[in-house]
Amino acid sequence: MSLSNLLPLVRNETMKVWKKKRFFVVILVLLVLIPVFTYAQMKVALNNRDKFDDWRLQLQQKITDYQNQLSSERIPEEWKQYRRIAVQQLQYYLDHDVNPDSPNAVTFSRGFVEASITMFIPLLVLAVASDLVSGERSTGTIKMLLTRPVRRWKILLSKLIALTLYVSLTLLATVVLSYLIAGIFFGYGGWTLPVFTGFVIHGSEVDSSAVHAVPQWLYLFMVTGLTWLSAMTIACLALMVSVLVRSTAASIVTMMAAIIAGSILTNMASSWHTAKYIFSVNLELTNYLAGSPPPIEGMSLLFSVCVLAIWAVAAIIVSFSVFTKQDMLN
Amino acid sequence: MAFAAKQPIGAKVDVPVVSGEGSSEIVLSVQAVTKKIRGRSIIRGISFDIRAGEIFGFLGPNGSGKTTTIRMLVDLIRPTSGEIYICGHQVQREPEEALRHVGCIVENPEMYSYLTGWENLEHFARMQKGIDEARIAEVVEIVGMDNRIHDKVKTYSLGMRQRLGIAQALLGRPKLLILDEPTNGLDPKGIKELREFIRSLAEQGMSLFISSHLLSEIQLMCDRVAIISKGELLAVGSVEELLSQRGAYVIWQFDDREAGVRILRELEHVSIVPEHEQHIDESVLALLPGAVITSMPPDRIAAAVDRLTRSGIGITAIQKVAPTLEELFITMTEGDVVE
Repeated sequence: MSLSNLLPLVRNETMKVWKKKRFFVVILVLLVLIPVFTYAQMKVALNNRDKFDDWRLQLQQKITDYQNQLSSERIPEEWKQYRRIAVQQLQYYLDHDVNPDSPNAVTFSRGFVEASITMFIPLLVLAVASDLVSGERSTGTIKMLLTRPVRRWKILLSKLIALTLYVSLTLLATVVLSYLIAGIFFGYGGWTLPVFTGFVIHGSEVDSSAVHAVPQWLYLFMVTGLTWLSAMTIACLALMVSVLVRSTAASIVTMMAAIIAGSILTNMASSWHTAKYIFSVNLELTNYLAGSPPPIEGMSLLFSVCVLAIWAVAAIIVSFSVFTKQDMLN
Repeated sequence: MAFAAKQPIGAKVDVPVVSGEGSSEIVLSVQAVTKKIRGRSIIRGISFDIRAGEIFGFLGPNGSGKTTTIRMLVDLIRPTSGEIYICGHQVQREPEEALRHVGCIVENPEMYSYLTGWENLEHFARMQKGIDEARIAEVVEIVGMDNRIHDKVKTYSLGMRQRLGIAQALLGRPKLLILDEPTNGLDPKGIKELREFIRSLAEQGMSLFISSHLLSEIQLMCDRVAIISKGELLAVGSVEELLSQRGAYVIWQFDDREAGVRILRELEHVSIVPEHEQHIDESVLALLPGAVITSMPPDRIAAAVDRLTRSGIGITAIQKVAPTLEELFITMTEGDVVE
């Protein structure tokens, strides 16, 4: 099959999502939320500036706080491990005279994308993905769509391509809007600021032999790329649920339940090892870049990317095999 | 509502005359199709053919399997067994080749309500080769929607949606047009126009498959009819052929009704049809106050008139009325309710 066959179909699907104004909702949500977070961030920055003249003092204070917590007996061992790792990383920044929280638009964008990867970005993806198929079934337009001389797999493929396009656009809009809005308050600099990556964690020890500095623009690019991978996994799964479930509401609830369950498990299931094969526990890919300890021992960037890829491919296989065979009874 | 079928609408179908009985090209062939859903037999082995230029009625009460059958014709659901061919292409095996020749509306004409009528047509035009903007404009004119076509579909009335649905179905110059209960939502004038429109499509060589639960509609519109009940075809044939299986009613009106009825009862070969067994169009009966409905051979009418006149009973009117499909239907299904 040639591309020219598929192109008009992709155009149709893209046009429908656009005309349904789903993407406008995404933009609107971003336009409301980003200023809120920017304001909160600005408050923190002002507060710090009042207390510390020099960011180095602030960082030193933070390290001392963490070290004090480590000697306390009331703090659970698990937390202490996080603190130990954080102390070593902050020390690394201090030793190299780099401010990890320098307030600027690029740092804000980076932080916003990192913070959005587990819940907020998936939610925006669901706004577009959840009714791609179920919406056509509940309104009955699927009967017109599937009785045209086009094979069903082509129709689903065109929907998947349009979805990929919108996921990419959503991420682009998130980065661009957060940069533009945060820039008003923090200035538009920060592109070349060095960010350290490559911390390797062995138990509670940080191996910094592989650590290297990358300019923040590259780091932002990597963060966005990883977020795209995890957003696409959500998109594929949402497409599958949308094929399997007839109602759009049920399709959104199913996906949200899975994502929220994953984020709860991430916070509590470090001793249940099998949980690391659940897709929603693996969404936070950007953590590996920053060198945060994984939610469950034995997880790594490669592991999480593989788990997500397997879930995504399985979802696509299920979607296509069900959609091409399914009886459209209503 | 104005279906202005001035210019050619569908494909000009060449009608190759097969030697022998002069039967024309078979556009749709349904062969021993069955469908089971969750172990229940919904369709139990139906077969029929539709030829080019034919208006084929598909009649059955609600829930008899009409829509299930239509869904199988257009590949929305898969038959459990049996085969369906459209213009020689097996629908399930070569859907692209088969569906190219079909335009259809399954149940309601559901289009994208957040798009305009024109955008909807563009959307479906992109799904098939060889449909340009001129063709879209052409079908818009055919269904007479020129002035509302750039409005959002959610602002359309049911009748307008129906017309947009027909425009969509005609886009690809189909050889077979499938309409499921097409008169739903139309006023009597609209129904009449639709009927004329369907006739004009058939005259240009298009075949039409029209489902309905309304007998009068099928009777007025169709050349041939298939009657379905509980997933089985009870009869397939031309409308006249099926109707001629039943005798006609003879309706009498007298100046003295009771005396007339008394005489009629005495006559051989004449039986008075009790009210609950009458299956005559109510609009016909409304014009005949005090009518006595009888069932009798037509060659006995003269003798009956003679006998009544000799008894001094004034006959004000006698007429022969063909039974409706409804009676045929009720006889066949033994009381399965239809409207």
